[in-house]
Amino acid sequence: MRREVPLLITGIVGVVFVLQYFIPHWPFSQVNTWFSDWFSIVGAFAIWLGALNLLKISALKVIGKKSDWGYAIVIIISFIIMVAIGFAEGKEFREQGTMFSWLYEYVYSPLSATMFALLAFFVASASYRAFRARNLDATLLLMAGFLIMLGRVPVGDSISFFLPENYQFSQVASWIMTWPQTAGQRAIMIGIALGLVSTSLRIILGIERAHLGGGD
Amino acid sequence: MNLQLVIRSRLFVGLAQVCFFLFLLVNLGPLAFAQDEPVPTQLVDSTPLNPPTNIEVADTPNDAGGSITIRWTEPIPPEGTAIKGYYILRAEAVGNEQGQFDVVGETSTGSSELLDGNVVDTLNYYYRVAVIYSATGVNGLEVEALAESGISRMVSSSAQWFDWRRINVFVGVIFLCGFILYYISRAKAGKKLFIRKIAGLEAVDEAVGRATEMGKKIYFIPGTQDMDNVQTIAGVTILGRVAEVAATYDTYLEVPVSRSLVLVTAKEIVKEAYSKVGRPDAFHEDQVHYLTDDQFGYAAGIDGMVVREKPATIFFMGAFYAESLILAETGNSIGAIQIAGTAMPSQLPFFVAACDYTLIGEELFAASAYLAREPKLLGSLKGQDVGKAIILFSIVIGVLLETFGVWRFSSLFGVLD
Repeated sequence: MRREVPLLITGIVGVVFVLQYFIPHWPFSQVNTWFSDWFSIVGAFAIWLGALNLLKISALKVIGKKSDWGYAIVIIISFIIMVAIGFAEGKEFREQGTMFSWLYEYVYSPLSATMFALLAFFVASASYRAFRARNLDATLLLMAGFLIMLGRVPVGDSISFFLPENYQFSQVASWIMTWPQTAGQRAIMIGIALGLVSTSLRIILGIERAHLGGGD
Repeated sequence: MNLQLVIRSRLFVGLAQVCFFLFLLVNLGPLAFAQDEPVPTQLVDSTPLNPPTNIEVADTPNDAGGSITIRWTEPIPPEGTAIKGYYILRAEAVGNEQGQFDVVGETSTGSSELLDGNVVDTLNYYYRVAVIYSATGVNGLEVEALAESGISRMVSSSAQWFDWRRINVFVGVIFLCGFILYYISRAKAGKKLFIRKIAGLEAVDEAVGRATEMGKKIYFIPGTQDMDNVQTIAGVTILGRVAEVAATYDTYLEVPVSRSLVLVTAKEIVKEAYSKVGRPDAFHEDQVHYLTDDQFGYAAGIDGMVVREKPATIFFMGAFYAESLILAETGNSIGAIQIAGTAMPSQLPFFVAACDYTLIGEELFAASAYLAREPKLLGSLKGQDVGKAIILFSIVIGVLLETFGVWRFSSLFGVLD
C-alpha cells in the first residue's frame, strides 16, 4: 500500500492532466486551477517542515559546537527576527513603511543583488576556460563568442566600419544569434520535449518509481 | 438628401455636409449629439445609415462554454461619415420572443467579430449589432449616430468535449506514447536494446569513487524548483542511484535542498537507497537538509558549504536558473569533480563551461533508465528515439516542401498555447 497509493494517485492525476489539455469541458477546465491550489496549500504547510529542519540542523550545530557553528547562530537569529516581525506586523507586514519591508528592502534585497552580481565575475572566469582554443570545437566557440561580444558593443561596428553593412560585427552577431544559435537551441529543445513526454509517461504508468524511494 | 451626390466644388461639399447634418439633427434628434454630451444609452433605428448586415451568431467552438461569437459584415459608410465602432446588443430569449436589448460589448472600427464571454450556457439569446457613425457637424463639433442591424437568430452557448485546434498535438502524443509503449513491451519480452554511452552517467561511479578515495563528501544539488517540475523529479531519481553507490562505498552524501517537498522526497529516496544496499545504519536524517526557498540565498548557502567543506564530488541535477554558474564555478574553484544535468537550455552553456560532465536536456531524463538498466525503462528511451527520428524526418520534408513552395508543411505543427 505504501507504494501502490502514491502510484495510483500519480497515475490518475497524470492522465487527468493530459486530458484537461484536450478537453475544455467542465470539470477538466477547472482541473489545472484545482491542482495548482492544492499544490500551493500542501506547499504552504510543507514550508514548516523545511523551516523546522533548518532550525534543527542549525541548533544542533550550535549546541554541539560543530565547525562553523557561528554561521548557524546567524541563521537562527535572522530567522527569528524575520518571522517575529512578520507576525507582529500582521496582515500588512508587506506594506511600505513596515519594519518587515525595511528589512526586506535594505537587508535581503542588497544581499540577493550581491550574489547575483557575482555572476559577472563567474561568467568571466568560465568564459576564459571555455574559450581556450584547445581543439577545433573550442576554437569555433572562441570565434563565435568573440564576434558576439564585439557585435554587442558600439566599438564592434566602429572597428568594422570599412566592411559592407551586412558584414559589420553587429550584423554578424545578430546572424549568429538568429540562425546557428536558434537552430542549436531548438534541437536541444526538441530532445527535451521528447524526454519530458517519455519521463512523464514512465511516471504516469508507474514504470519509473525511483522518485518514490525505490524501484520495487 | 442624396449622400451619393457627386460634389465637385468646395462650396457644394460644405453645403452637402450642412444638409446631411441638418437631416441628422431633425430626423434623428435623440441620436445626434455633440462630442461633449454623453455616449448614447438609448438605441433606436436609423434607417438612412447603412446598418451592419449578415449577423452570424454561433457558440464559440473549442471552449469551456459561456461564450458566443458574433460576426457581421461591415456597412459602407455614407459619404462624409466614418465608422467609429460597434455596439453589440444582447437580449435573453423569453419563450420565442426576445427581451430587452442591452449593450454587452463594444469594438472599434475595422472589427467584424466579437466574442461575448459573459453568457450562461442554459439560456438562449438574440443579438443585434449597432454601428456608430461619426461626422463633423456644422459647428465643427463631432456628431455621432447609430444604425442597428436586424435581430440575429436565437443562439445558446455550450461547453465542448474536445478542443479540435489541438488535434495535431493529440495525434503526436498518441503516436509518441504508442512508440514508447511498444518498445517497453519489446524490452519486457527480452529484446536487447542498444543505448549509446552517456559520458556523464558513466562517470557517476568514478566520481563517487574519487570522493571515497579522498575521504571527502559528495554534494547532490537537485535544483531550485519544486516537485511539480519534471526536471526535479528526474534529478531526485538520479539521486536514488547516486545514494546507492555512495552507500555501497560508505561515502557521505549531503543533499541541501531549496524546497520543503523536495526535502521530504529526497530524504525518503536516500533512506530507501541506503536500505536497499544493506546500509540503513549509515543513513543520517540530517544528510538531506533544507536551506532556503530563495534562489540566491540557496546559492550563497551552498557556496559557503562548498568553500568550507571542499567536497570531492558535486552533482547538479534538476532545474536551475541564474544560480547555475555561481554554484558550478564555486565547485570548480575548489577542484571538485562536477556532473551537471539540466533541461534549461539557457543554463547549459554555463554547466558545460564549469563542469566536468554535463547531461544535456534529454540525457537528464534518460539518466534514470540508463543507470537502472531496467528493460522497461530502456524501452521508453528507444520509443523516445523513434519519436525523434520522425521529427527529424518531418523537418527534412518540411524544409524541402517549403523551400520549393509546394505546401506549407509547418501549418500542421502549429500549437495553440
